[in-house]
Amino acid sequence: MRGGGAGTGVAVAEAVRCADLTFRFGQHTAVDAVDLAIAPGEMHGLLGPNGAGKTTTIRMLTTLIKPVSGSISVFGIDVTARPMLVRRMIGYVPQALSADANLTGVENVELFARLFDVPRKVRARRVADALEAMGLTDAATRLAGTYSGGMVRRLELAQALINAPRLLVLDEPTVGLDPIARGVVWEYIARLRDEHSMTVLMTTHYMDEADANCDRISLMHRGKIRATGTPDELKGTLGDEATLDDVFRHYTGDTLDKAPEEGGIRDVRRARRTARRLG
Amino acid sequence: MTFAAPGAPLAGSGEPFSPDSLPHGPLASLARLASRVATLCWVELRKIRHDRTELYTRAIQPALWLLIYGEVFTRIHAIPTPRGVPYLAYLAPGIIAQSALFIAIFYGIQIIWERDAGVLTKLMVTPTPRSALITGKAFASGVRSLIQGIVVVIIAALLGVTLTVNPLKLIGAALVLVIGSAFFACLSMTIAGLVVARDRLMGIGQAITMPLFFSSSALYPTRIMPGWLQAISKVNPLSYEVEALRGLLIGTSTTLWLDCAILIVATLAGITAASLLLPRLASS
Repeated sequence: MRGGGAGTGVAVAEAVRCADLTFRFGQHTAVDAVDLAIAPGEMHGLLGPNGAGKTTTIRMLTTLIKPVSGSISVFGIDVTARPMLVRRMIGYVPQALSADANLTGVENVELFARLFDVPRKVRARRVADALEAMGLTDAATRLAGTYSGGMVRRLELAQALINAPRLLVLDEPTVGLDPIARGVVWEYIARLRDEHSMTVLMTTHYMDEADANCDRISLMHRGKIRATGTPDELKGTLGDEATLDDVFRHYTGDTLDKAPEEGGIRDVRRARRTARRLG
Repeated sequence: MTFAAPGAPLAGSGEPFSPDSLPHGPLASLARLASRVATLCWVELRKIRHDRTELYTRAIQPALWLLIYGEVFTRIHAIPTPRGVPYLAYLAPGIIAQSALFIAIFYGIQIIWERDAGVLTKLMVTPTPRSALITGKAFASGVRSLIQGIVVVIIAALLGVTLTVNPLKLIGAALVLVIGSAFFACLSMTIAGLVVARDRLMGIGQAITMPLFFSSSALYPTRIMPGWLQAISKVNPLSYEVEALRGLLIGTSTTLWLDCAILIVATLAGITAASLLLPRLASS
């Protein structure tokens, strides 16, 4: 897979490029003509209230749904035209804690090694290395069902890393974790991108985390990107004392305080589904 | 921290990615399909190994069918079996197919559960075609059914049923059981793709398993059924699975190849339907 690249000419392509990207659920435009460019090696944060269109954008990027119009490419490869190729370049950690509780840590990672065609000869080694990189060696042979939330998240990162992805996509990586576990997960993510200059695209609700970890941030609201820049640039537009929270409020109005009037339907539906499952 | 082995593509940017160096063509697709099916069957085996409870609890029902229903109906000679085989022996393949059916129907519920838990989306972001994912799940249900089937065969043997000892016929029966289970898993996943909500599917699963069972030839020969039930039985793949199993295990059927062909065609159709509906699960 390495070297050559003959005929593809993608060496200088942006890690992610969205042009006029649009998605609709019935009448509701969830993602509305989004333009977005992420440079290789960048840690990019996609911020916005519930229903802003962040997860829908990520679902289009990860080949799960097809855009209604516009285009999206990863390292120069069109996501809609060649989804199988794009999947080989992406490591994806969804919002829900989604390791298989009935398999051990090793088996969870080995599953993804097999699904990414990691050659049998190097498989066991790569699995062990990925688990070690996430500090899970001691827990590797335990069932994932016995892991804490923070450990599951690290296990998922190990799964996403087994293919040595060029783009790591994290949907709310620290949601539902306690503050200490959040800190640990960020430490691991930061180490990963420092040591491998991996491109990272993440969504989050936590302004402080975005401020501390992202190179650039896009603020999304009602399907549109309202502002893009480094955390300092964004804060700078509102004066010296401004925090990212202020910037967020400035661009999204008071939606943080009020329930979203529109666009929250899908979250509500999801919550209802969860409630039914529990009930 | 180095987790990429030498020679493997390194994480990070800057390195040109060459899609052309990936194997392609129909042979490569077939190899990938085989690899994905093997992987998902491997996962199933690991899970059974970690937790055998289900293997034991699922053995209770077939044991009761053979022990109580089977013994009683053997005594009253109410059901005319072909070539006068003992009723318990006639019943055993039907009960093996039944326990496979009950296992397979669960896979639609499982795939919705995996969707809700985020596991399915993660699998769908790996280089695994939708059809390979469905085929893998279908055959994983086959693996579980096969192990359950062995348990039922042992119970039947303990009750004095003599099945074939011809290894080729046993392998054939194993294949029939796996393919039959794959079909019902696909049926269940197809319904999952249509109804999308798990609680609704549970109701539908309950509502179709018993009718599928009673309208098949699992308990009694089709020829003693009323006409309308015979018609249903003719389009019920479980009948063909049961007849193929009987042909191989107790040597009754004369249409073994036709039964197998119908099962294979039904399974291919099931894989196609479930694969086409899978994106519905991912996008809602």
